[in-house]
Amino acid sequence: MKWIMVGIIVGSTVLADLLQSFEMKRNVVAVDDLRPGRIGRLLRGLAQRGPLILAVCFMAISFFAFMKLLSIADLSFAVPVTAASVVLETVLARLLLKEKVNPLRWAGAFCVACGVALLAV
Amino acid sequence: MAAGRVVAERPETGFGPKRLDFKTKLLTAVVVLANVLGNFSLSWGMKHQAAKLADSPLAYIQTIFSPWVLLGTTLLILWFLARMTLLSWADLSYVLPVTSIGYVFTAFLGKYFFAEQITWQRWLGTLAIMLGMILVGLTTPNTTAEVREHGR
Repeated sequence: MKWIMVGIIVGSTVLADLLQSFEMKRNVVAVDDLRPGRIGRLLRGLAQRGPLILAVCFMAISFFAFMKLLSIADLSFAVPVTAASVVLETVLARLLLKEKVNPLRWAGAFCVACGVALLAV
Repeated sequence: MAAGRVVAERPETGFGPKRLDFKTKLLTAVVVLANVLGNFSLSWGMKHQAAKLADSPLAYIQTIFSPWVLLGTTLLILWFLARMTLLSWADLSYVLPVTSIGYVFTAFLGKYFFAEQITWQRWLGTLAIMLGMILVGLTTPNTTAEVREHGR
């Protein structure tokens, strides 16, 4: 049960972030859109984008699965799962989003993953 | 100067390469602070409402509208919007490691406000995250605009 929840959390977090990144790369937000008078229009626009709605659904799945995991496992086990998604998402960003992940960025992502895992010990 | 050409290809953001880089870093700071302070406010609010929650289901609704929980929720909405904007300006493989500095700030807030213990493993983890953040911060935030340019 514990590992099923871990799979759901990592899978849904990865899918949510990939969908968000994919959609937001296609629709760059302009600085003018962030002004208080235009935020409402920006939000309405975002709410109509299918991939973003799907991303929010995956975020909700991840959140509820994390709550469930916390009820059956230690926090020190549950938190490093987040670190696993950083490395997996970097790999998928390279493969699916065609981002140029140079050795420096790989090293950075690996350091962050190790660091988050250590914080949870 | 591939990076300059890449950024210049994105006139809809309304600023040039150097300003785009500055704005990306500024927005990264907003994303991190909104997330850390939002989680802290939620945690602070929930810790002070924990006794009430056991009383009745109505207490849950009251908790949502308590000042700290409301502030936390507002900050997390701001975090979500800022993060989406940041993802439109920078790579996912850049945003993820760079915003992980939030884990470090959360650890410090936990130590000073909730009297949590910081072990040597946590200090080592903090150093690893900061090193990772510095390494990723040295790379170009957005590498995919060039791919789209070649794809046209």
